[in-house]
Amino acid sequence: MIAFLLAQTIAITGGTVYPVSGPKIENATVLIRDGKIAAVGANVAVPAGATRIDAAGKWVTPGLIDAAGQMGLREISAVDNTNEASLRGNEVAAAFNVLEGINPASMLITVNRMEGITSTLAVPGGSLIYGQAALIDLDGATIETMRIKSPAAMVADLSEGAKGAGGGSRAGVAARLRRVLNDAREYATRRADFRRRQIQDLSASAADLEALQPVLRGELPLVVFANRRSDIETALRIGKEYKLRLILAGAAEGWMIPDEIAAAGVPVIVEPLDNIPSYDALGIRYQNAALLAKGGVKVVLMETATENTRDLKQQAGNAVANGLPWEQALRAVTLTPAEVFGVAGQYGSIEVGKVANVVVWTGDPFEFSTGVEHVFIRGRDIPLRSRQTELLERYRTLPPKY
Amino acid sequence: MRRSGVQQMKAAVIVAIMVAAGCASGAARARSGSSPAPATAAAAPAAQAAAAQDTSSAIGPQYPSTYKRHPNPPVLIKNATIMTAAGQEIQGGSILFRDGRIVSVGTSVQAPSDAVVVDGTGKWVTPGVIDVHSHIGVYAAPGTFAESDGNEATNPVTAEVWAEHSFWPQDPQIPLAIAGGVTTIQALPGSANLIGGRSAVLKLIPARSVQEMKFPGARYGLKMACGENPKRVYQNRGPSTRMGNMAGYRAAFIEAQGYRRRWDKWNKDHQGDPPERNLRNETLAEVLRGNIYVQNHCYRADEMLQMLDLAHEFGFKIRSFHHAVEAYKIGDVLAREGTAVSIWSDWWGFKEEAMDGIYENAALVQQAGGRVVIHSDDPGGIQRLNQEAAKAMYHGRRAGIPITRDQAVRWFTANPAWVLGIDSVVGTLEPGKMADVVLWSADPLSVYAQALQVYNDGWLVYDRNDPAHQPKTDFTLGQP
Repeated sequence: MIAFLLAQTIAITGGTVYPVSGPKIENATVLIRDGKIAAVGANVAVPAGATRIDAAGKWVTPGLIDAAGQMGLREISAVDNTNEASLRGNEVAAAFNVLEGINPASMLITVNRMEGITSTLAVPGGSLIYGQAALIDLDGATIETMRIKSPAAMVADLSEGAKGAGGGSRAGVAARLRRVLNDAREYATRRADFRRRQIQDLSASAADLEALQPVLRGELPLVVFANRRSDIETALRIGKEYKLRLILAGAAEGWMIPDEIAAAGVPVIVEPLDNIPSYDALGIRYQNAALLAKGGVKVVLMETATENTRDLKQQAGNAVANGLPWEQALRAVTLTPAEVFGVAGQYGSIEVGKVANVVVWTGDPFEFSTGVEHVFIRGRDIPLRSRQTELLERYRTLPPKY
Repeated sequence: MRRSGVQQMKAAVIVAIMVAAGCASGAARARSGSSPAPATAAAAPAAQAAAAQDTSSAIGPQYPSTYKRHPNPPVLIKNATIMTAAGQEIQGGSILFRDGRIVSVGTSVQAPSDAVVVDGTGKWVTPGVIDVHSHIGVYAAPGTFAESDGNEATNPVTAEVWAEHSFWPQDPQIPLAIAGGVTTIQALPGSANLIGGRSAVLKLIPARSVQEMKFPGARYGLKMACGENPKRVYQNRGPSTRMGNMAGYRAAFIEAQGYRRRWDKWNKDHQGDPPERNLRNETLAEVLRGNIYVQNHCYRADEMLQMLDLAHEFGFKIRSFHHAVEAYKIGDVLAREGTAVSIWSDWWGFKEEAMDGIYENAALVQQAGGRVVIHSDDPGGIQRLNQEAAKAMYHGRRAGIPITRDQAVRWFTANPAWVLGIDSVVGTLEPGKMADVVLWSADPLSVYAQALQVYNDGWLVYDRNDPAHQPKTDFTLGQP
């Protein structure tokens, strides 16, 4: 049975396909075989025996990727024993990888994937260096089957939230991060001395310093939360000093310096609907995503309320309303995050050979009037059911039948 | 304020101060010491009528509204799609307002010679957005402890505090909400307490004082809160359980019953000295008299039913449950009781008592005959209540529940006006109503729509294309 399912061929026919990697194709067919995209185009022959999905009048896009949530790590925010995202008491938690904390049975997964979100970055919480984030598909009974890439990024914080780890000063935070990175460098050349304790105390454990090596080698990106312009500039400075693959997150005042960010080749993950001023970012505004993109910055969008990761669509729509071109907004929730986390060879667009994460919509994915018709994750036609749809059915007529 | 995790990393301070916030209710007194400023007789606020019931223990007007209508030329918006929230969606429609009052709405409205004419071609018009659940001004940005004035979390019953005494009119969140089309809010105390205090119903306009913003003639609300918040905040001194919560409300209202009796007697016979005033009981007695509306933060269906029993025990009405993520489980009861629900479109799961939130909550309650309001409880959400209503409408429709566009617009206009008891004054686009009007760039039920112009009582308080009409608070001056 499993072999049969895997061998199943699905043809999504007649829809308007937005491959993201190229221009939209009208009346096109997307062929899915063995969980991969086997063909896409206007003149694709549908093999006999393929399961046909009629998408006439529908829109077909890659599954959406949310770039910053805690899916599987945070069942109920306010209930501590359902939270797995943070390694308590460790301000430098570079060796902490969230993957084994992820609960594949989380209710949040079914609720959000049926709205078109097919993959998310599961991000740790913390204070200075949070740990390692994992990129996951929102389908699978085990973390092995959900995993796309782990670690996908190291995560650190240079915003107001990290001040405690820097003795109460932003300058202290930056100095501490540099000290950790310096120590990681030193550790890499003197592992034997470290083990024999023939080295002065380093600022983190061996495991944490070891975990930072791929970051220092530029292999693993470092996501840095920073919102104030000067914090963003500190992040860029540190990125340059250590030749890191930097990704900015938050970046509320990034709109002030798009040229600087673009010149550094640093992508930015923003939450378009964030516009409430705080002393961390008095210049925060709705136009951030649009202004960054206009300045040549690679923009990725996020929805940080994990239970409502589905509102990533609304985030994108509002980014468009505030000036981000629609095509760039769609890219910012599909191919761009795939590129930024190094999986664009497999994810983020509808191209032959890529993983078949595909959504069939009744219209523009960002519009409230649009419904989801089909969600394919790794080629599986996901049931559009969740605990919430079951509640709806139970209480559709009152009194309920228990 | 519910957000956590990554957002917490980004906005730790705001999240931290909001921990105990998040619920609202209000009670209002209908004393008419301040007069509204309608220039046309048609619209003398109905809220004034409520004053007749006022047999309050207080002597004389308290903290009166000093609201004055801003003088403006008449305005005609022509050739727009006008969603009246009174049953009509008029294509190619025009709306004329003068001296703060809507004069006419329709397809053949003539502009007087002195009117400012606004071309509404390709645009939409709705009534001003009303948010019945806001902590703007009492939990002001930039969100430090210094601005954390929403929860008097020193006693589980603080009916004596009034949100208006915390309200900071220079909160930079105010212009953001105005830019989202909001013209009236109910600013509420937070939900740390069983009984949090009085709300303030405010015109959302630039002002030096909260008094200048107080909606003329509007009643107060009384904020009450069920469930997790009070029992968490007071777990060491009590209440620490839901049964403790119920005992707390009952004890407070029993005391208020005695207070009310003493004052009612004295008001009748004026024998001897008047009873000693007690601010806590004064507010609760007004609730018992029906002059202050109960605005009750309550998530779970079973708890809402407990609160309805409480209201029956003491003979008051609950005007609206707030948050009410499980309202759809008891839509029939809510309709029968005449209690509205003020809810989000899709918030769920951020706390245990919010686990059962579903997209179709609004639609199911509407279908059951209940009164639905989309509220924010959030300085971000207040800027897009139209979007939240759209989400709830379309999800209802996809579930086969036939919600009309007019009903969806009522969710953020006419229905919240009813919850605040000002529905005869604002909430729809009908002649005689106060000219709270929003011009949208597109269908307001689209994600791409933005408020282009916002008129509050006829005053152009926001124009997206004219910096001269984009108010800034003092706080924002000189900032990036």
